[in-house]
Amino acid sequence: MLISRRDAIRGSVAAGVGIAASTLVGRQAAAENDTPVGSILDATGAINIYGLPMIDATRFAVDSINEGGGVLGRKLRLIESDGQSNNQVYAQNALKLILDDKVAALMGGITSASREAVRPVVDKYSALYFYNEQYEGGVCDKLVFCTGVTPAQQLGVLVPWAAKQYGKKVYTLAADYNYGHISADWVKVYLKQAGGELAGEEFIPLDVVNFDSVIQRLQATKPDVVMSLLVGGNHIAFYRQFAAAGLKGKMQIVSATFGLGNEQVVLKPEEAEGIVVIYPYFQELDNPANKKWVAAWHKRYGEKYTYITDSACTVWNGWHLWAMAVNKAKSLDRGKVIAALESGLTFDSPEGTIKLDPKSHHVVHSVHLAKVNDKNGFTIMQSVANIEPADTMKVCDLVAHPNQHKQYTPKF
Amino acid sequence: MMEHLAVNLIGVAFAIASLVLLSLGLAIVYGMMRVINLAQGEFMMLGAYTVILSSTYGLGLWAGIALAPVVVGAIGLIVERCIIRFLYRRLLDTMLATWGLSIGLIAAVSLILGPTTEGVATPLGHFAVGSYEVATYNVFVIAAAAACVVMTWCLFNFTKFGLVARGTMQNADMVAALGIHPPTIYMMTFGFGSALAGLAGAIMAPLTGVVPTLGLAFIAKAFITVTAGGAAIFVGTLGAATLLGAIDSAVAFVSTPIYGQVAMLACALVLLRIAPQGISGLWHRRG
Amino acid sequence: MAPARVSRIELAIWGAAVIAVACLPLLVSTYSVVQITVFLIFCVLAVSLDLAWGLAGLLSFGQAAFFGIGGYAYAIAGINDVTTLGSLVAAVAAGGIVSGGLGYVAFYGRVSTMFLAVMTLTVTLILLQVMGSTADPSYRIGEAVLGGYNGMTNIPSLGLDVPLFEPVTLGPEGFFWMVGGLLIGIVILGRLLMAAPFGRVLAAIRENEQRAEQLGYDARWRKLAIFSLSGAVAGLAGALFASWGSFINPEVFSLSQSAQVVIWVLVGGRGSLYGAVLGALLVQALTQYLGSMGTAYTTLALGALLVNFVLLLREGLLPAIFRLVSRSASG
Repeated sequence: MLISRRDAIRGSVAAGVGIAASTLVGRQAAAENDTPVGSILDATGAINIYGLPMIDATRFAVDSINEGGGVLGRKLRLIESDGQSNNQVYAQNALKLILDDKVAALMGGITSASREAVRPVVDKYSALYFYNEQYEGGVCDKLVFCTGVTPAQQLGVLVPWAAKQYGKKVYTLAADYNYGHISADWVKVYLKQAGGELAGEEFIPLDVVNFDSVIQRLQATKPDVVMSLLVGGNHIAFYRQFAAAGLKGKMQIVSATFGLGNEQVVLKPEEAEGIVVIYPYFQELDNPANKKWVAAWHKRYGEKYTYITDSACTVWNGWHLWAMAVNKAKSLDRGKVIAALESGLTFDSPEGTIKLDPKSHHVVHSVHLAKVNDKNGFTIMQSVANIEPADTMKVCDLVAHPNQHKQYTPKF
Repeated sequence: MMEHLAVNLIGVAFAIASLVLLSLGLAIVYGMMRVINLAQGEFMMLGAYTVILSSTYGLGLWAGIALAPVVVGAIGLIVERCIIRFLYRRLLDTMLATWGLSIGLIAAVSLILGPTTEGVATPLGHFAVGSYEVATYNVFVIAAAAACVVMTWCLFNFTKFGLVARGTMQNADMVAALGIHPPTIYMMTFGFGSALAGLAGAIMAPLTGVVPTLGLAFIAKAFITVTAGGAAIFVGTLGAATLLGAIDSAVAFVSTPIYGQVAMLACALVLLRIAPQGISGLWHRRG
Repeated sequence: MAPARVSRIELAIWGAAVIAVACLPLLVSTYSVVQITVFLIFCVLAVSLDLAWGLAGLLSFGQAAFFGIGGYAYAIAGINDVTTLGSLVAAVAAGGIVSGGLGYVAFYGRVSTMFLAVMTLTVTLILLQVMGSTADPSYRIGEAVLGGYNGMTNIPSLGLDVPLFEPVTLGPEGFFWMVGGLLIGIVILGRLLMAAPFGRVLAAIRENEQRAEQLGYDARWRKLAIFSLSGAVAGLAGALFASWGSFINPEVFSLSQSAQVVIWVLVGGRGSLYGAVLGALLVQALTQYLGSMGTAYTTLALGALLVNFVLLLREGLLPAIFRLVSRSASG
């Protein structure tokens, strides 16, 4: 029954040779005449609730660009990598895509942690990188373009609105990492401007699932509004426990993160209904570009597709902005493409018209306040047009000071 | 004020009860067989998934909780026969092998059942203590932990199996000379310990999001509790769970859950330095 | 175990290794050079564990703790404008001091090997929690923001900044030569240590501590010395790692990182230092290959590997290969 040691050694050696051989055989033959582009997103692991729609959007975007003739007359060859919700893997994949596959552009990263693991590699080996996801703002890097919303565009609208609508006492619950902390700081800033009062602030580690003590403190403090900046699969338990404790009628939950992972589908309507969120894109948006896009998406991925998230639209925006810039620059030379990206591009996205701000490398978005409905979706309540990423624009001017590769963190 | 205190006491009791549930299985296996099973967390995870699957396929939450010890106990028996059996008296090797088993199980469950978070709703609603609401399920957990301890204690002290098991623990050769086959006893003990782990995981399932890596959060705490408790199953584990659970929830309430964890770990470290045999060592004064 | 005396064959191996390291960057692509560099950095980490575990029988589950501390020390020093070589020294010192402190508590308190394993694991877990909780921008040491789970980025890469000379930044090839050279140097020093009286006494302590002490050798300071050395080398590996990626985050303190170090040494075979290098290279290559298929497959394979090796091939690959070779040589 037990394998003898000799056989074990023989087996290992054979396996080693086999593995070595297969790596050589497995080398893909790159087609001449196409342009390699890279994408790293989380298909597996705890972050894949955000990643899967983004991966679908990536493939859809690249195919749509290719159908339109590709870039500079050549088709794009998409090389995908799974970040596996692991920042080490992100860094290694970025290395491979940049140095080995020599991609013309790299897009990806979901959590801020993953972006910060990729950015040093991008800076060290000088590659072009798009981060297509909302985040805490402040990245100021000549080689990097961030197309998602920043606190000024989300919290800057949500906080004053909530204070006016529901009451001035706000309790913040944030995920305990950089995004949560910096966003919570911004909540304080906007709350003060709106004349509100911070009843309390708590940071919850990403792996916590027991919100007992949190619920107790909420009951003791009795805020009007609970501002949720919770992230990841484990934090879904909060909404469940909140409803189970009967608090839904007593305080209003507003959130800048709820929904990006299709939480409104995982939770039951009685647990999620009524939660207020704010994003530039919702599947329910009623404009011609979106109607066409949703129809095309459902044709490609099926009518029963769970829900097209805001992150998916952000990814779509990123790819098209890049393709536009390359075609405008008439070259893949990095310097020329960056100059084209800094020329004030606008794009007709399913979310509406967006503009890429030249100095900050960030995007001007229109945002919408919406409520979770009983159909696992959202009902849009109010819209605010063309909000600038003022938080980053204030500190970052890459046209006047191009040699920057950092992230500014706000000092309050 | 009174209601605040009452609610806090329930919270502390809950923290202690959770630790007890998580550690009891590990303590039995360690106390009886000197085996540290680092895959205990994954057995709990399997118990939690039993509840999820049972819910999904219409059998309901409570059936799942009842099924979990059976399912996981069976898995434990298989593991004992295939791996643990060869590693008795090799403490560090069992740690390494069960570590390998643990990461293998996480991977296998990720591949088969998917890596995303699942959940079941917490049943039983809530009741009022003054102006606070407390989830009734938390009280159920406390009761379940107490019941497990009592049941296990009775099993070891009032049944024939318990007698034989305790004898094997003290002197395996003598028991063999009396005609009982120690390996069978070990196998059944390990199975029992695994079944307890499965039950613990199943009970905790409605409170957390169930992911394949669920066990990792639990195993660290269980491991520390058992090592701090030492070889005496009841005195050691209960003592350690009480001390560490109280510190964890006290510090967590005053500051954050992170510092609660750190305080708990630091306390265990200090305890081990003072009493290398754990709390059992202090109790029996074997030093 | 590899022989206690340094033989001529070994000198030949060292020479061959030096030549291999010197020539490699000229033969393969930049990408491969960068990849192999990180493999070698992990080999240094594996060797650090083998110094404690293989030589002295001290199993530490928390080698990742010293690795991470070294990495963070390098990052904090580097971002605060200390020269990169100075930051490297800081990292080595940090690894050595922390392991020294832990070792002092363990060995002078005469606690069991089990306790050492538990203690090192506990410390790693504590570090993971603590470093993970430093997300707020106010957690900073000088200019260096600790960053919580986001980690620290823009860490200066290792350069040759010798005082009075112009600083030279090392490109990928230069960095590879530095890491390769350090690995070879550490293995050579380790082997010389094994052959020296100090190493022999350690071997005696590993086999039977009581008897060694009865012969008059104080086990405590010797164990402390080798444990601190092991921590210092792990700290060095951590600094090299932080420099390689210009990035470090609390994942270096994770349970899986600790597990991997143990797996490398277990698979390769402990006690010879070469086994640690072999194990680290093989398992890294396997992880890399499987990683392209998905983490779940990687961890499944690693788990199966660990279980099988503990059950079947407990001393690891290298001793088994030696035995096979000597058995077939003797007919």
